Amino acid sequence: MTGQGDAVGHQWIDDHAGPVVRPYAVTGGRARPVTGRFDLISLVTATRGDVPAEVGLGPEHLAIVGLCQRVQSVAEIAAHLDLPVGTVRVLLGDLVARNLVRIREPHPTVELPEYSIFEAVINGLRAL
Amino acid sequence: MDYGHSERPPGAALPTAIKILIAGGFGVGKTTMVGAVSETRPLRTEEVLTESGVGIDDLAGIEAKRTTTVAMDFGRITISDDLVLYLFGTPGQDRFWFVWDELALGAIGAVVLADTRRLADCFPSIDYFEGRGTPFVVAVNCFEGARRYRLDEVQAALNLDPEVPVLLCDARQRESVKQALIMLVEHAMKIREARRAG
Repeated sequence: MTGQGDAVGHQWIDDHAGPVVRPYAVTGGRARPVTGRFDLISLVTATRGDVPAEVGLGPEHLAIVGLCQRVQSVAEIAAHLDLPVGTVRVLLGDLVARNLVRIREPHPTVELPEYSIFEAVINGLRAL
Repeated sequence: MDYGHSERPPGAALPTAIKILIAGGFGVGKTTMVGAVSETRPLRTEEVLTESGVGIDDLAGIEAKRTTTVAMDFGRITISDDLVLYLFGTPGQDRFWFVWDELALGAIGAVVLADTRRLADCFPSIDYFEGRGTPFVVAVNCFEGARRYRLDEVQAALNLDPEVPVLLCDARQRESVKQALIMLVEHAMKIREARRAG
């Protein structure tokens, strides 16, 4: 935005216009996280309740830490923050590198899960 | 801090997540099915992809890369403190197979939703899961006004392996969707046992 004629400019920016800041701007132009793989269903939890102001962290980083006071999957974080998954992966990499979140990777992917997991899922679904 | 139902104190073990895919043609009711059993309203997540000439016109000489957004709707069922199940609706367009690969990796299996008025729409999903060896069941969504077919007729029309369970389903009804999911998990369990024994 140019800073002039904001009153006019704003009428074009509503929820339907999508984010004003491009996803790459949120990650500082980075397409890959500094660390981690981050499956869509990797579960994320914050390691602390608040984050001190720190160089290199943007509002989206802080929003993730806020969201992850409750356990969330990567997909849920992306949906709630309305950011593409690729962008969220980059931000999570930054947070992991600073020990601000912990990640639980999903069940190993090579084989179908253990019998006990199947049983738990069936019982859980029946109880719905 | 006030720890609510699904919050846990720092240091507690995180639950494990697993997923089931809901596949089928465009408009067949995938998101409806997710919503029928999810504890949250279905959420939407987007992947921004750079297309490198998959199924698009030949743009030889044009350097600009195209980006496409692939949207996936999903829901969540908390099974226990240790286990969370996610249901992902697969993107409808066939050209996004690489997104399917990511989704299918580690999935327990898939429910393929079929509409008897447009049965061919679910062929690509069935081919995909057969090819990958991903356990799946076929749920025939009972749209109002759609002619009812017998399950064996659908099975024959889809040329399915007789082992693949086929069931009638109403994607709007929680009980019906639950039954489809339970049938899938039981089927996946049998396949796992068979693979171990074999």
